Amino acid sequence: MNRFFGFVKKEFQHIFRDVRTLVILFGLPIVMIILFGYVVTTEIKDVKVGIWDRSRDQLTIQATQKIFSSGYFIPAGTISHEAEVGALFRSGKAKVVVVFEADFERNLQRDRRAAIRLITDASDANSAQLAQNYLQGVLMSYFLSLSPDIQMPWEVELKSRMFYNESMRGVYMFVPGLMALILMLISALMTSVTITREKEFGTMELLLASPLKPREIILGKVTPYILLSFVNALTIILLGILVFDVPVVGSIWLLLGECMLYITMALSVGVLISTVAKTQQVAMVMSMLGLMLPTILLSGFIFPIDNMPPILQWISAILPPRWFVVIVKNIMLKGTGLAFIWKETLILAGMTFFFIMAAVKRFKTRLE
Amino acid sequence: MRGASNHIIEVKQMVKKFGSFVANDHLSFHVEEGEIFGFLGANGAGKTTAMRILCGLSYPTSGEIMVAGFDVYKDRERIKRKIGYMSQKFSLYDDLTLTENIRLYAGIYGLGRKQIAEREEQLLERLGLTHVKKRMIREIPLGWKQKLAFSVAIFHKPAIVFLDEPTGGVDPITRRQFWEMIHDATLEGITVFVTTHYMDEAEYCDRVSIMVEGRIEALNTPALLKQEYESKNMNEVFLKLARK
Repeated sequence: MNRFFGFVKKEFQHIFRDVRTLVILFGLPIVMIILFGYVVTTEIKDVKVGIWDRSRDQLTIQATQKIFSSGYFIPAGTISHEAEVGALFRSGKAKVVVVFEADFERNLQRDRRAAIRLITDASDANSAQLAQNYLQGVLMSYFLSLSPDIQMPWEVELKSRMFYNESMRGVYMFVPGLMALILMLISALMTSVTITREKEFGTMELLLASPLKPREIILGKVTPYILLSFVNALTIILLGILVFDVPVVGSIWLLLGECMLYITMALSVGVLISTVAKTQQVAMVMSMLGLMLPTILLSGFIFPIDNMPPILQWISAILPPRWFVVIVKNIMLKGTGLAFIWKETLILAGMTFFFIMAAVKRFKTRLE
Repeated sequence: MRGASNHIIEVKQMVKKFGSFVANDHLSFHVEEGEIFGFLGANGAGKTTAMRILCGLSYPTSGEIMVAGFDVYKDRERIKRKIGYMSQKFSLYDDLTLTENIRLYAGIYGLGRKQIAEREEQLLERLGLTHVKKRMIREIPLGWKQKLAFSVAIFHKPAIVFLDEPTGGVDPITRRQFWEMIHDATLEGITVFVTTHYMDEAEYCDRVSIMVEGRIEALNTPALLKQEYESKNMNEVFLKLARK
């Protein structure tokens, strides 16, 4: 046992003596959380709105006032020509232009139907969509307050096509995704790199020729990362709670248990990568391209899985982070117990088992 | 325990195949206790493959192999306790200090705290490295690293030490000093099994085997080999064998 502890201690020394490793281990999660939390905000503030009022009746003037008293929008001037829309967008003076049709009030009273057009500068698709949603909300509530029984008294027509990521509504939806990403990154990337490093420097041969058993070597290499990944999981949860008011509605123990399962899975992926990669660089690229990108793109973390083409949905289904995100969202946000996420947990456990077996098998074959 | 009287390594008809490629073609040889056994051959001749099998790093395809009295098929774990190993790369950790490296390996081989402290002090003194013992390995010169790596490989007083091209990329003076250290190790009763492709180094060995394309083409003392192949030095012996 002493042999083993000496070996684990050495691994900790590697970690704490390498600034790069430390930055990735502790800096990266914090920076990512803060960045995602503040930059990828889904709230809007001070969006510049231009008004093209072709009617200038009482209703349109009041609607305009409503818009600017909502607190989200600031006036960017009024225009009176189609051509001015483009000019406003190009000069950056406005992000949205609200167009009231001519004879707005009269149309509404006579046909119970009038049109408002929202033209959005969609070069920044996300904020454009957000601004548009907010504007719709403001206008809708105004017209509904006029007469509650009118159904959709206005039409909104959009000039541009936009993609939107539904899951980014709500400031804390990204925390589960970030957890999946960061834990995968730390666990898999770091273990694959650290094991490959021993291979590259020739120390692995020496360890294998020593009385340490192969499983002790692997376990010794990953033990520090199990602990550190766990610390990271806690950090993310805490940052979420303290800085962004992300709730943990469900059982924290269940959440931590699922995190451990996920970490174990990621570590075995790391070991698996290390049996294939010959150098640290290769291991790093494999982890980045093979793990990070799919986790970001296909786990449902940013882009909703339901909107993907079928083939990508299938790929997504074989990615562990996808199931982990579902589990974490359920526990953290909805407070679901194991009874409702046992299926996802089982899938994740199965994948974990698969990766461990594959890693062990590859590691052994390499020795023969 | 041991098969033949003082044969610390006994190899009979060892074969190692990778697919259809035969890396070791029916090797048979023995190593006597306390000698320096040189395992020579060009790159790719199968030296490292054979050595890895003897160290328990890989299984042979067939053959009978005993190392330090243990069977390589059944008793790899016990063999590993009895041997030391130094690879072509110096196998010390750059970001650990000299002391930490020594203690790490000593610990892995199950040495006690007191024993480690004692031997560590002796070792550092003998190498004249006491003043840098708290330095990181990456801060000390290559020659020192290599000597330290060798000392670490025999720190637990193994029965046999395997050296895989230990002198690659080192200047001639350090190489000479290094061979002196190897010689000193045999005085402590350690058997040395060394692979190299520097033919001049063969002169330092008690016996050498020369491998060509997976087979042992010659095995004898350097003096007798030179006589047999009517050569001035081992390099000539090797060239004659390779051209055969």
